[in-house]
Amino acid sequence: MIHSRNLPFVTTLAIFVIAYALCALQFPAMLSTRVIGNLLVDNAFLGIAAVGMTFVILSGGIDLSIGSVIAFTSVFVAVTVGSFGLHPLTAFAVVLVISTAFGSAMGAMIRYLQIPPFVVTLAGMFLARGAAYLISTASVPISHPFIDTIQGFYFRFPGGGRLTAMSMLMIAVFVVGGIIASRTKFGANVYALGGNPQSAELMGVPVGRTTIGIYATSGFLSGLAGIAYTLYTSSGYSLATVGVELDAIAAVVIGGTLLTGGTGLIAGTFVGILIQGLIQTYIVFDGTLSSWWTKIVIGVLLFVFIVLQRGIIWYSNRRIDIARLKGA
Amino acid sequence: MSDSQNILEADCVLEARSITKSFLGNIALDTVDFSLQRGEIHALLGENGAGKSTLIKILTGVYSRDSGTIRLDGEEVSPANVGEAQALGIGTVYQEVNLLENLTVAENLFLGRQPRRFGLTDRREMRRRSRELLARYGLDIDVDALLSTYSVAIRQIIAIARAVDLSGKVLVLDEPTASLDAQEVEVLFSVLRKLKAEGLGIILITHFLNQVYAVCDRVTVLRNGKLVGNRALDGLPRMDLISMMLGRELQHVTRDHQATEGDVPVGDAAISFNDYGKRGSVSPFDLAIRPGEVVGIAGLLGSGRSETAFLLFGIDRADSGTATVDGSEIALTSPEAAIAQGFGFCPEERKSDGIIGDFSVAENIALALQARQGWAKPISSRQKQALAEDFIRSLDIRPADPDRPIKFLSGGNQQKAILARWLATNPRLLILDEPTRGIDIGAHAEILKMIEKLCGDGMSLVVISSELEELTAIAHRVIVLSDRKHIAELSGADVTADNIMHAIAAPNRTEAA
Repeated sequence: MIHSRNLPFVTTLAIFVIAYALCALQFPAMLSTRVIGNLLVDNAFLGIAAVGMTFVILSGGIDLSIGSVIAFTSVFVAVTVGSFGLHPLTAFAVVLVISTAFGSAMGAMIRYLQIPPFVVTLAGMFLARGAAYLISTASVPISHPFIDTIQGFYFRFPGGGRLTAMSMLMIAVFVVGGIIASRTKFGANVYALGGNPQSAELMGVPVGRTTIGIYATSGFLSGLAGIAYTLYTSSGYSLATVGVELDAIAAVVIGGTLLTGGTGLIAGTFVGILIQGLIQTYIVFDGTLSSWWTKIVIGVLLFVFIVLQRGIIWYSNRRIDIARLKGA
Repeated sequence: MSDSQNILEADCVLEARSITKSFLGNIALDTVDFSLQRGEIHALLGENGAGKSTLIKILTGVYSRDSGTIRLDGEEVSPANVGEAQALGIGTVYQEVNLLENLTVAENLFLGRQPRRFGLTDRREMRRRSRELLARYGLDIDVDALLSTYSVAIRQIIAIARAVDLSGKVLVLDEPTASLDAQEVEVLFSVLRKLKAEGLGIILITHFLNQVYAVCDRVTVLRNGKLVGNRALDGLPRMDLISMMLGRELQHVTRDHQATEGDVPVGDAAISFNDYGKRGSVSPFDLAIRPGEVVGIAGLLGSGRSETAFLLFGIDRADSGTATVDGSEIALTSPEAAIAQGFGFCPEERKSDGIIGDFSVAENIALALQARQGWAKPISSRQKQALAEDFIRSLDIRPADPDRPIKFLSGGNQQKAILARWLATNPRLLILDEPTRGIDIGAHAEILKMIEKLCGDGMSLVVISSELEELTAIAHRVIVLSDRKHIAELSGADVTADNIMHAIAAPNRTEAA
């Protein structure tokens, strides 16, 4: 039996499978491994960031700084590697430390100053974007033998598709994220916080440490997403990735995670990313549709999922009430 | 303190001495001593605001103490948070915030101490151990189901199982029976007796004296932040205990009012409901309320008591029948419409539906009056202040500070403030849903007195209560509900607890109680 808390995920998965089947009926070429490979690589940075966003939303929070942190990371890496000749690995390490520390600081403010996450991360969004402009306002190309090596590394699927390093990174992030969420103390604490912070605290959940950990994770993964984005575009640009946090939120919600926190799966976010990628791919195949249809379809899907979630909550509350009345 | 000398040191699992705590200059606990033996159930009693919660929160690491010592098994301890207190051996089960509804039963039981295998949570082991743990409490349930799918009673036992498994020396229960029915309370008590036999020290906070006598061995009474006494319950007369709590001889709260039995107000009903009902909520009923009359509504949990109130106050819209006031038909389409007719309603869930916690006492009191005047005519803050001071004096709301956010008041005082809110509008019909739930005996008596005074002034009242003694003491008539139907109406001398129970147990009730 499907537990009602997994129902949103199952629904999302079903929608994806059906939609993919319909697309494949119309354009059989969409079944090719090339399309799948591209779908993964095109959405790799978004997927990585969305894993961090899933943790944040599961805990009942929100992180609006993701897009800006990605832009900052890409500019930082491009400038340090391109202008200062730093080895890319060193630049990656430095920028991951910065983005993780940035996330931790936001988490600490949320916890200890009791400021709502929306406000703190909104400030973080402006801060990171401003810092990116400060480094460079131009689009900075990046070229380094090491980066070429990473970009050139891939596994070939039968049929010509490629599983690139970035796709592998994204899949690894999803797998590790999924394990952390479902099989570690930290993960359980995240769900507990999202359920009810007071109860969680009274049950002995270290709320401060967990909150900081959540936003540090989101910061770290935004940094990692920024690195993936730099590799993907071979450049750093401070105007890039505006609004990516909203795409990430959309993927999380379409993936069945409740915006109020406490319920959802990392795997759901993966399917959410695939659905967004599928819509883009379909539009490319169709050739006549405006790319804005992506936004419209995602908007519609979001509405559908929010209504669905309300419906599920209503249904399960009703069931509990009925059970209670029978017991009384 | 008087009896505590003869307690053997070795039997004492938890001992607190001279605990003092103040909040912003207000002393909440003043050099309080408390001791708990192994294998005893110890009641902690006191009126609202006596300092029970503060003492418990200090013992369980939620608050830090200003001075004093706590010894657990002879070792001095200072838990800095709930986690530390748990690790030391002190576990707590709270009345309201209890476990996490969005997690499964097994996840709730093992949150923070998940069994691990290769560094990761071993869910299979967690399930196995959860089943094993709950079996000891006689629970055989699906540990993979979300907690929210189970009743409050089962959640309570799960919370106890967690707390005992986690801590193992001291179990603190803060009003565990407040939302349980009699049968569930019995199940809970048998669990407590079993734990006591295993040598656990249990602290029980409750408002129900019957329950204190039913399971507890000793009692500690606090009043106004000070220790009043610590007695063995065996042979302690109930009146002595009550006067310890109130610090004054209890005036015969309930019995006096029986005088109302004979004189049911006569005359035409000013407010009447004919064939009034809503599908899926309450079956159509007739109800006529005369000025100066108290109509009680009795029934078990889920029998449609609160739903009746929702209909009367326009929160739910009736789909059949008519409502008339002074002979003309009215449409109760919303609470605003009801307020315009001069109705008032104090809901059961005080915290979520009644008060606005961050607003001051004065603002909370002025709310309904403001709604009735319309928002275009604001009540000046001086008027609010005067209004609040009036009611603070007449209802004895403590602390007597109109500017204090209402969330810092105790339950009884919050309830008085909500009553004041409606009294300020001078309603003709006041609906009270469980007006005395979760408040102490002193405030309880005051609220019953107030109800009597109001009906003496010609106000009509509808009082919903699960305490039959309360209903029989104040109501002129009692409507008995069962299975969301009005099944009986008792009036005058027939209003007795026995008659109400007979009515509830009458054979037309299809489902087992």
